[in-house]
Amino acid sequence: MENQKIFDEMWGTEDSLREPYRKFQTWFDSEDPARLRKKQRDAEELFRLTGITFNVYGKAEAEERLIPFDIVPRIISGSEWFRLSRGIEQRVRAINAFLHDIYHKQEIVKAGRIPKEMISQNEAFLPHMIGVEPPGGVYTHIVGIDLVRTGPGEFFVLEDNARTPSGVSYMLENRETMLQMFPELFSQNRVQPVSNYPTDLRRSLAACAPPACEGKPVVAVLTPGIYNSAYFEHAFLADKMGVELVEGHDLRVVDGRVAMRTTRGYRPIDVLYRRVDDEYLDPLNFNPDSALGVPGIMDVYRAGGITIANAPGTGISDDKAIYSYMPEIVEFYTGERPLLQNVQTWRCSEPDALAYVLDNLEELVVKEVHGSGGYGMLIGPTATKKDLAAFRRKLKARPGNYIAQPTLALSTVPIFSRAGLSPRHVDLRPFVLCSPGKVDITPGGLTRVALKKGSLVVNSSQGGGTKDTWVLED
Amino acid sequence: MLGKTANGLFWMSRYLERAENTARLIETGQRIALTRLGSGEEEWIPVLQSAGSLDGFHDAYETPGQEAAVDWMLRGRDNPSSIMACIASARQNARLVRTAITGEVWEAVNATYMMARELLARKVSERDLPAVLAAIRQNTALVRGMIHGTMLRNDIYDFLRIGTFLERADNTARILDVKYYVLLPSVSAIGSSIDNVQWESILRSVSARGGFRMEYGSEGGPQEIAHFLIFDKRMPRSLAFCVGKIKDNLRYLNASQPKPSQSQKLVTHLETAYLSHGIDQVFEYGLHEFIEKMLELLGDLAGQIQLDYRFYE
Amino acid sequence: MRLTIHHTTRYSFDNPVPFGLQQLRKTPKSTPNQHILEWHTRIIGGQKELVFEDHHNNVIELISFEPGVETLELVSEGRVELNDTHGVVGRHRGPAPLWLYARPTQLTEARAGVRDMIRDLDDRNTVDMLHTLSARIRSKVTYEIGVSQPDWSAEDVIKAGGGVCQDHAHVFIACARQMGFAARYVSGYLLLDDRTTQDAMHAWAEAHVEGLGWVGFDVSNGISPDTRYVRVATGLDYSDAAPVSGMRMGDAGEALNVQIQVAQQ
Repeated sequence: MENQKIFDEMWGTEDSLREPYRKFQTWFDSEDPARLRKKQRDAEELFRLTGITFNVYGKAEAEERLIPFDIVPRIISGSEWFRLSRGIEQRVRAINAFLHDIYHKQEIVKAGRIPKEMISQNEAFLPHMIGVEPPGGVYTHIVGIDLVRTGPGEFFVLEDNARTPSGVSYMLENRETMLQMFPELFSQNRVQPVSNYPTDLRRSLAACAPPACEGKPVVAVLTPGIYNSAYFEHAFLADKMGVELVEGHDLRVVDGRVAMRTTRGYRPIDVLYRRVDDEYLDPLNFNPDSALGVPGIMDVYRAGGITIANAPGTGISDDKAIYSYMPEIVEFYTGERPLLQNVQTWRCSEPDALAYVLDNLEELVVKEVHGSGGYGMLIGPTATKKDLAAFRRKLKARPGNYIAQPTLALSTVPIFSRAGLSPRHVDLRPFVLCSPGKVDITPGGLTRVALKKGSLVVNSSQGGGTKDTWVLED
Repeated sequence: MLGKTANGLFWMSRYLERAENTARLIETGQRIALTRLGSGEEEWIPVLQSAGSLDGFHDAYETPGQEAAVDWMLRGRDNPSSIMACIASARQNARLVRTAITGEVWEAVNATYMMARELLARKVSERDLPAVLAAIRQNTALVRGMIHGTMLRNDIYDFLRIGTFLERADNTARILDVKYYVLLPSVSAIGSSIDNVQWESILRSVSARGGFRMEYGSEGGPQEIAHFLIFDKRMPRSLAFCVGKIKDNLRYLNASQPKPSQSQKLVTHLETAYLSHGIDQVFEYGLHEFIEKMLELLGDLAGQIQLDYRFYE
Repeated sequence: MRLTIHHTTRYSFDNPVPFGLQQLRKTPKSTPNQHILEWHTRIIGGQKELVFEDHHNNVIELISFEPGVETLELVSEGRVELNDTHGVVGRHRGPAPLWLYARPTQLTEARAGVRDMIRDLDDRNTVDMLHTLSARIRSKVTYEIGVSQPDWSAEDVIKAGGGVCQDHAHVFIACARQMGFAARYVSGYLLLDDRTTQDAMHAWAEAHVEGLGWVGFDVSNGISPDTRYVRVATGLDYSDAAPVSGMRMGDAGEALNVQIQVAQQ
């Protein structure tokens, strides 16, 4: 990838300022770097005080960490966004249609567009969802589509997060912080707001109320508890939506509904935005050792007594092997050409693909089919000989567990470093809300940035930071 | 409101109040130690007792003197009632009820925690102690102020208040329980300087020296002190005051119900049977027995509130 | 044929149970060859929270315990009318895809015992072959109460050489799947010739045969189900079709008493 020209979103490939950054650049040049450095520290202090921290897996409770925040915004023009959001909407509609089909007639399999084994041998396929009509027809109420960019008009989908995508609280708090720190920037640039997200989320959840709902739908957020790495986000969303934040032991099946224990007795919940994985959701039907879930909630769900968001079993659509079929899936259900490109993907379960991957391991990125968070992946170009050898063994032992992709020349956006503006690789996770017949995409999303020079890993657990993401009104 | 949330609010405010009370007890202990010769372990025993921190103290330190006692109450690793532990628990509960409290209250609790983590990261020297204790008291007071200034007057507020006043009543009762003997009428030592110091220490530990002087001038003796701390409804740390507040908040909580709750019945009983008499009757009943009874009833009341409002399953 | 059925499950706990839930799978399926004339469930010591149909088209009733209950009694009873189909249940109806029943489960995993069991079967006629398989299983795994454990897999059963109807069904299913058939577990009621009172539900297996659809095989009795067989719950194995499954809080021990009466009307 050394010979590829990296696209910088501020300076392009030819070192000429791109239009969306024009006003920002003027402002930046007139600023005193010392003042900016102080602002950067202030921002950190603000994050710490508001408690926007994440817990690190396997660490003591005291280990609450901040995700580093960079004050240079990532700026996208309105027309760029318009094209992007049409592609996202198309993809999310296809994902919902796919999920409905997979748990009903499986037309796409019958039509031979994807092999039966992709479903029948997929751990993420949840038999309990067969035949279920989710209220409002929505499976994925909240989706995060991970995108990367390689050129002015070239966006690729890296991953579809259709289970419980996280990070939206950072999107909102990053904007809040920028507004407080640099109000002048927002009067110079017309930035599309993101602050409606919690209201939209509540509205779209309420729009999917179950048949048993009487009157105004009662919405609640289910969290695994305060030790969960994303607890802050769970509390944040419940707070901004003005709904209860519940844990499994607050809930119980009462009179055929899932009800929460209040100071005045049990009160039924209509829509549960759960941030607990399928496996732990219902000890009666799934993992009996789970203390995080609600015994019998799946039964109530099947009987039409509650809406679970996202629906159980949506994991099958963000499986990385299924991902490789997304272009077919989009075409099959929408009858249109996919507007967003997939990254070329080798399914190691196929012998030819495996052979290619083993021969070209140094140039590829290898991922686990069910992995997430940047764990269990290999980045060929930066891997050590030892890592490569270890992955060769893993690939041969369980080829079906892996896919491989080319190493993309991810775009960069400057961060504010000691040396001034320095380019770093970024990705983008826009957040999408689905309600009956409607798809809402918040303009922008979460930009994650690899703070280490040259690094392509943007995950917060591995040294990534975040940026405010602006979509301009053109 | 969720039962769990009521529980979290109740304990958040209890722990904050406990941290503040412990800070005040350390100040008082330090003052006694300074005004008297020697600073042996035995003078700190009652302070540790009042702070509910005696358990495990002797196992934790090789030389259990003043320095050890102060360290144990401030930040003892295995002391669940240390100031650090209380503030950490308060913050943990605040996280749990994050959606019920305002951003300002949460930030004040979080700031208190961050301050305590910094100030109590290592042993606090005698020289720095006054400033550290003052900072803790100011921060917890700031949280109370934020609650007062930004929270709606609804059931959320009621549970916060009930937690505060139950803890405060409990604390005042424990101070009296540990020191009751210096308030008993005795022939030999009346007006001795030792008694004066002891009386003053009791008042100091509930921040009531000024108030007491205002009411009684320099005339007040043990009877008056006992009356002041038990019955005086103007004194914000007296048992009668705290119980009155709990009663009010329980009434607000139950306002929509036709019948009084079990906890309301308990608090009414506590007030009429034990806090509606004069100090003479208390001494007749036995000051020690009276205080023991108060502690027991306060414990029962806390238990009943948990049940009435479904804190647990 | 018309059958009347009474099914009582009674739990006695040695300590009060604060909370518990149970899924009941006792209601016979309503199919073209099996008409439910009447069916009721009565609960003493608990209440019915809801009813739903699961992905195997089983009727599941969710029962909650009364707080502090010490005795829980679940009574299901009714009348069913059956047509004779000579063991042929018929074409697969959804929503579950047929391939779901071809996947092995923990209880029906195939290893050496299963591979051994299916060796050298004459496969010129599928139904005959499956009957031969059924007879072979019965000869190698004798029907014997008290030998096997409820959580035994097909391989465990083959190794032990003995078991009850549940075990026979698991072995049959494991073998059928290993040969590439979709197969499933059936729990149900059976009219006996010599008595009306029984202490457990019966179990058998079904395999999907091209052209015929689902065909039943009662390994324990060496026949295909007839009008004496009432199909209640189906699934990949016992765990999907158990008459009662649930959870409860606390550490109380339990004594279980089951009484089933099946009689011709």
